[in-house]
Amino acid sequence: MLYREAGDFSTTYREDNQTFPIRFDRYRYYAVMLIAFLVIPFFVNDYWVNAIFLPFLIYSIAALGLNILTGYCGQVSLGTGGFMAVGAYAVYKLMTAFPDISVLIHIVLAGGVTALVGILFGLPSLRIKGFYLAVATLAAQFFLVWVFNRIPWFYNYSASGQINAPERTFLGFTVTGAETKAWVAYLVCLVFVTISAIVARNMTRGALGRSWMAIRDMDIAAEIIGVNPLKAKLSAFAISSFFVGISGALYFSVYLGAVEVGEVFGINKSFLVLFMIIIGGLGSVFGSFIGAAFLVLLPVLLKNVLVGYFGWQTDVAAHLEFMIIGGLIVWFLIVEPHGLAQLWRLGKEKLRMWPFPY
Amino acid sequence: MFKKTILAALSSIMFAGPALAELVVPWFAYRTGAYAPSGIPLVDGINDYFTMVNERDGGIGGVPVRVLECETGYNTEKSVECYESTKAEGSLVYQPMSTGVTYQLIPKATADGIALHTLGYGRTSAANGRVFSNVFNYPANYWTAASVAVNHLLAENGGSISGKKVTLVYHNSAYGKEPIRVLEMLADKHGFEFNAIPVDHPGQEQKSQWLQIRREKPDYVLMWGWGVMNSVAINEAANIRFPMENFIGVWWSGSENDVLPAGMRADGYKALALNAPGTDYGIYDELKANVWDKGLTAGAGDQIGSVLYNRALYMAFLTHMAIEKAQEVTGVADISQADMIKGMEALEITDAMMAENGLAGFAPSFKVTCEDHGGSGLGAVQQWDASAKTWNLITDFIEPDMGMIAPLIKEDSEAFAKENNIAMRC
Repeated sequence: MLYREAGDFSTTYREDNQTFPIRFDRYRYYAVMLIAFLVIPFFVNDYWVNAIFLPFLIYSIAALGLNILTGYCGQVSLGTGGFMAVGAYAVYKLMTAFPDISVLIHIVLAGGVTALVGILFGLPSLRIKGFYLAVATLAAQFFLVWVFNRIPWFYNYSASGQINAPERTFLGFTVTGAETKAWVAYLVCLVFVTISAIVARNMTRGALGRSWMAIRDMDIAAEIIGVNPLKAKLSAFAISSFFVGISGALYFSVYLGAVEVGEVFGINKSFLVLFMIIIGGLGSVFGSFIGAAFLVLLPVLLKNVLVGYFGWQTDVAAHLEFMIIGGLIVWFLIVEPHGLAQLWRLGKEKLRMWPFPY
Repeated sequence: MFKKTILAALSSIMFAGPALAELVVPWFAYRTGAYAPSGIPLVDGINDYFTMVNERDGGIGGVPVRVLECETGYNTEKSVECYESTKAEGSLVYQPMSTGVTYQLIPKATADGIALHTLGYGRTSAANGRVFSNVFNYPANYWTAASVAVNHLLAENGGSISGKKVTLVYHNSAYGKEPIRVLEMLADKHGFEFNAIPVDHPGQEQKSQWLQIRREKPDYVLMWGWGVMNSVAINEAANIRFPMENFIGVWWSGSENDVLPAGMRADGYKALALNAPGTDYGIYDELKANVWDKGLTAGAGDQIGSVLYNRALYMAFLTHMAIEKAQEVTGVADISQADMIKGMEALEITDAMMAENGLAGFAPSFKVTCEDHGGSGLGAVQQWDASAKTWNLITDFIEPDMGMIAPLIKEDSEAFAKENNIAMRC
């Protein structure tokens, strides 16, 4: 009943290959976009933006980036936290070195810097695979955090070793710093998320994405059919790191405003983003979003329910939160090892048949 | 769809809450994670103190106090969530209990017009009230702590530690890095050799650091540690048989939870103190009568009388006095966030006030002004007696070298003001 597909025909290849071939899905997508861009900005307050929307949107970009590398190209990476740190420190150095250039340009440039670093650390992937590559990227994680802690140039020789985002404006609106309006921060992140998702979606279904997937499924076979592994793997590292760098830059400049590299971009962050894509669904753009939502929003929701609603002790609630989320992860992975995205896909197939399944 | 369901569920929860006249004191608690050994006594102490105030006096000036506990696990993201979720409830003063989060909140709280009190931690140069209008770090800070520790060493060595080796073991974060600058300057001034060894968050693994210390054989080791890091460091020091009386922690590295795991081997370990240890104070009778005997104890009740519990009582006492001062200055009982800042700025803690509240001789007196948000800077040294399992003060409250620190505070805060276009006040 939900999906009324009667009369929904594709008459051209273009129509057949669009992202949302079913009309209902397409309209739902437009509706979500409309609400996200034109309705939510008028109703958000500081709490909604800083505690819910910004972390969700920013982690979505990071998950999207890692999903390109791990989900589409099959290269396991544990360096996401380190690459986010590169994005954050790059945008900090750019913001302080060129204060007159718009911070939004700096954020994109920070993604570019991270892409270069990503290529550098992606080079070992040409020789090593699987767990060994994971360990090599783990080295990147620790090395990068160590570098940012060790070399004072990166934090402009500040006594505390922290980086603080100075106030920057875009079209007269404050984008970074404490005076930022909630809706501005929200819209900035939303624009980056939307563009990232559209770019990622189109890349992964084009020639480049196909070569990534060929490498993921069987690299020797891919090489035989003419996929250049050097090009495919390094481009995956570069593009993945680009997105991760943008998320790190937004995380520092728009969301937190002050960052301590060891605590914020530590190994835990790498695992968190990796769990997002595993739970959300490897090799799925939608999976990146739903995985980020699961791991970012659920703890906040549980906290609000347990402490705010039931009035439980905060520590009991915090421990219970770990147990509930851990239990849910195990349950979801048993029920559907391909992640929440696959669960959604199956649900949709059922809904299309409903109420008359074969 | 999933997202929308969550939003709908959240919005129904968010708009439920009472709106009575009350004084909200938010508290960033960490009862979970690697910093819980330090976080639990603090949050228990705060809760017990204000339960006592509510039970005994019916609140402050007749308005009950509500301690708004928010679990952060010493995590930055959760702290941001806590700040945003509590600020709308009329939170009077934030005490983030983390230097990293303090740096995060300084611009935010200033923009929102809410006071930030970082007692003995946080950004040292916030002591300059001309620049930092909303931030207070009375009665002491890390630079005075470093100076007090060095002055203690000077006193022990007859006024000269020239040529001695002093090593700092520090939590590799804004917290641990804060004293380095002053220690380097003190090393120049007094001619001792100084080096600093970082320990990465969370500090459960310190073998290589203590190996380095064993090799370099410093005369004294100072420590800026927090949470699990403290007990691990004291254990490692015992393992390399470093003489404990030459090992001095900052006031955040000297509680029972830090020394007990090392047992007898921790005997003689020293730490700085902002306030006296022990339970020999009138306030403990009040707490017993009004809180414990009524079964209102916060947490498990096993932290009572510990160093950090006492620290929390001190923090709560200072908050209590600031609220009273704010009520006195503005003439309103149910004070606002802006009134609280006025109260803190006019605060003067005298020995008589402390005696009146059952805290005679607990800590030195000090006065806050519009220009000076930093307090006296005094600190004492306490030593652990492992057989009696007690901390004992072994010195009086020691003066820091303010002649050196004051210009540094001025310089650092003015650089901050220039960077952020802040006009000088007062």
